[in-house]
Amino acid sequence: MKVGLFIPCYVDQFYPKVGIATLQLLERFGCEVGYPANQTCCGQPMANSGYEHLTHDCNRLFVQNFADFDYIVGPSGSCVLHIKEHLHTEGEEEAKATHIRQRVYELTEFLTDVLKVENLSAHFPYRVGLHQSCHGQRGLHLSQMSELVAPAFSKPEKLLRMVDGIELVELTRRDECCGFGGTFCVAEEAVSARMGVDRIDDHVKNGTQVLTGGDMSCLMHLEGIIRRRELPIKVMHIAEILTAN
Amino acid sequence: MNHSQAADKFNKDFDRTSWHDETLWWVRQKRDRAAFAIPEWEDLRNTASQIKHNVLSNLDTYLMEFEKNAKANGVTVHWAADAHEHNEIVLSILREQGIQQIVKSKSMLTEECHLNPFLAENGVEVIDTDLGERIVQLADEPPSHIVMPCIHWKKEEIGVLFHKHLGTPEGCADPSTLTLAAREHLREKFLTRRVALTGVNFAVAETGEFVVCTNEGNADMGTHLADVHIACMGIEKIVPKRKHLGVFLRLLARSATGQPITTYSSHFAKPREGQQMHIILVDNGRSRQLGREEFRNSLKCIRCGACMNTCPVYRRSGGHSYHNAVAGPIGSILAPNLDMTKNADLPFASTLCGSCSNVCPVKINIHEQLYSWRQVLTKSGHSPTAKTIGMKAMAAVLSSPSVYRFSGKIGRLTLSNTPFVVNNSLNPWYKQREMPEPPKESFGEWYKKNRK
Repeated sequence: MKVGLFIPCYVDQFYPKVGIATLQLLERFGCEVGYPANQTCCGQPMANSGYEHLTHDCNRLFVQNFADFDYIVGPSGSCVLHIKEHLHTEGEEEAKATHIRQRVYELTEFLTDVLKVENLSAHFPYRVGLHQSCHGQRGLHLSQMSELVAPAFSKPEKLLRMVDGIELVELTRRDECCGFGGTFCVAEEAVSARMGVDRIDDHVKNGTQVLTGGDMSCLMHLEGIIRRRELPIKVMHIAEILTAN
Repeated sequence: MNHSQAADKFNKDFDRTSWHDETLWWVRQKRDRAAFAIPEWEDLRNTASQIKHNVLSNLDTYLMEFEKNAKANGVTVHWAADAHEHNEIVLSILREQGIQQIVKSKSMLTEECHLNPFLAENGVEVIDTDLGERIVQLADEPPSHIVMPCIHWKKEEIGVLFHKHLGTPEGCADPSTLTLAAREHLREKFLTRRVALTGVNFAVAETGEFVVCTNEGNADMGTHLADVHIACMGIEKIVPKRKHLGVFLRLLARSATGQPITTYSSHFAKPREGQQMHIILVDNGRSRQLGREEFRNSLKCIRCGACMNTCPVYRRSGGHSYHNAVAGPIGSILAPNLDMTKNADLPFASTLCGSCSNVCPVKINIHEQLYSWRQVLTKSGHSPTAKTIGMKAMAAVLSSPSVYRFSGKIGRLTLSNTPFVVNNSLNPWYKQREMPEPPKESFGEWYKKNRK
């Protein structure tokens, strides 16, 4: 199984350790992983800002980089959702774009749904609070949404429960948005920061030691607030916990 | 003031923002409890959405059927192409009667049409009889929420307002005393006004009747005592058959406030003897929205307000920050249709978290429409020039792997060596957040060294 490792631009630049943990996880479960060196960004920052028409070159690049893989896996629900919903190219290339849209997976759903992981040899003896990022949850359905009258499930939680020594924290508002929202975080700075403050407060009140999630973008925003306020909470991507020993 | 600026102002008061957020979250939780008590909730939402789909696909036919049946019931039916025509029709009915004072129960359509200021300019006094609406009317403010117009007011503040206008004791914030004062104040208006205006929640094509839902009975009180009843409705309020009300009435109050049903769901079919009944069918941009395929489904809205209560942005910015009669997520997809220039900011007042679409009882894909409006607004030139320049630069960097790698490196070096270039007051991120700590090498650089 040839897996294309899709590392979002901001993870590449700011959180290489998340990329490394993702790579290690995929390799551990026997995937033949390739990392196309010419990848940049999925185009979401432009598209969500109303400039989807400027993403053609990013799309073309993405297709060139990833068309030859059986699966494309990335450690970010938001970027994966963007590819799934909006990756299109012109002419013959569209068939390749379609292949990618159908074969792109967020890391935790790839582990649970495709690799069918049931055991992890990870050890992480901390109280962990899971932040449900909206695009992963409501867009990719990685876990059940609190608004719907439907049975509960959670793919990231299922994986975290396989980690030895971990204690998962129950939050008061289990799937409220953190307020990152791409360019929203600067365009609507006041609301964005306030939403982040409230999310973190929920974790503080419920005793989170390590705040985790599947989307480093939300975590980057929350970490920025945690560090400014000098709060005793560590922020880690879920891939880092699933590879912890 | 655009949404972001108004939200910034709103957030200056940290504790009040917390209070506003908690108050509306409490309503969201009530909605959850009501919804989870109905095992077939998701089926109900699907059914409602499909009924509305049928309505929107056959709107002309249903409207004609409704008009025919309403006329047969002895109701006078008027058609208004826009807000101005609507307001003129109301005024002409009042002039015909020689009336200068009316009572009005809650109608977001008349807010949308700015009927109150129009009538005031023409010498007509309007008394809003919904308690929340009366409060904001006394305060000379628009409603901040379509179901709970004064949800942004605290009871102590209402006490001060009522002391000034209704003569309640100074410092009294007791809800019972205040509502009793409002009741007595409104009772006199109900008894003396000869024209009552109401909104319409649902209009039934097969019977020509319409339904008005209130919790206070104020629509009934007004219309039962008036010689003339004027009902104003947007053309999308039609349902084909009476039986369909069984779906919508179950969804409406549960979604809105968590009640099983509104206290009063009053059916108006025909004028009683000696009474006049008028219905004004208002388009005001709805046909245009119906013609926009991506946004058509926004017309399914039954105005429950659930999307506002669940919206983390609405809860932390307040209804007035949306500068539109209908605030929140649904307002943000309806408003650009009314005026793209004035409302170009609203589709951006969202993180696209998608909670709104999940609570919507008629399953409007609100967050997807917010995304689509962003594209439409940008393409039609409603985006600031500086933003366009920035986005083009970003697209250029991200389209070239070598430029991207070079820029990333420069960016990380800048953050490491000269952080003050980034960490300053010109960077909105830095106002309340630290920048990420830049690593020595990117993942790409690490991979090159370690895997190949």
